[in-house]
Amino acid sequence: MEDLSLHILDIVENSLMAGASLVSVAIEEDLQDDRMAITVADDGRGMEPGFLARVTDPFVTTRTTRRVGLGLSLMQANARSWGGDLTVHSRPGEGTTVRVWFQRCHIDRPPLGDWPRTLFGLILTRQEVDFYYCHRVGEQEFELDTRELKVELGAEALADPQIMALLRGQVVEVLGQMGVEQVPALPLEP
Amino acid sequence: MAKLKISDLAKIKDQVTASTSLREGGAQVKVTVHMGTCGIASGARTVLNAVMDELEKSGRKDVIVTTSGCMGLCSAEPLVTVEKLGDEPIKYSYVDDPKMRQIFNRHVLEGEIQTQWVLAKGSEQ
Repeated sequence: MEDLSLHILDIVENSLMAGASLVSVAIEEDLQDDRMAITVADDGRGMEPGFLARVTDPFVTTRTTRRVGLGLSLMQANARSWGGDLTVHSRPGEGTTVRVWFQRCHIDRPPLGDWPRTLFGLILTRQEVDFYYCHRVGEQEFELDTRELKVELGAEALADPQIMALLRGQVVEVLGQMGVEQVPALPLEP
Repeated sequence: MAKLKISDLAKIKDQVTASTSLREGGAQVKVTVHMGTCGIASGARTVLNAVMDELEKSGRKDVIVTTSGCMGLCSAEPLVTVEKLGDEPIKYSYVDDPKMRQIFNRHVLEGEIQTQWVLAKGSEQ
């Protein structure tokens, strides 16, 4: 995975496969303690304790198409190499929470990547699922809730790529004000 | 703690009323980007961004883009399925940004199947 937003996308896809109707993603950046934490919580079908205990084992998966499941094991191995770890809490019928944390300025920590585009890709392609996103940097906090957006703009607006592009622009702006790392603009053609 | 929210919802709201009044009928084409760990690692997000970008440019309201999980053919990822109403789904393999844009503009919009990149016809199972 090239950047953190791909890891987040991967974990969110697990939530979607578990039949979640609400997925929440929280990104917390603590500049003083040089920590970064990402929490993905869903209200999907959850996991049995026996499966949960083995969930970060790459040779464990619910899929029947092949016998390896790499998403969580990959993220855990990476988090450990960046001075952190990954934990999974889950109960059948109550959903799953994946929490990963690591040193924010660790030299091997990849950039956040284009998280706003990733998030809006999810919102646009998964109309039936609600997303809650919260980003904290020090004392500042940004929130986005598709349930609120549906009330404010109407459910149809969330299926419209042009409107979502406008909204994404605003999210990028607010995150920029908070000091969240931005995706560098593409280099100009020579 | 300072809470920040999107400020300019009013401006976006105007856009909504302008655009949703144009929406008519149901979806005619469905584009599915396969987004398992394998797909994501091999570039499915780039493909999804490309199709979203083209959809936004085209202004078409009868195309839906969605994602699904791993199909079991990880070595051929990123995979994309294009399904036109009433036709058998077409699966494309090793899709990237330019291929996705071409598939969107030629196949999704014009109905011209890009046979050079087709992996299979029909649904899995």
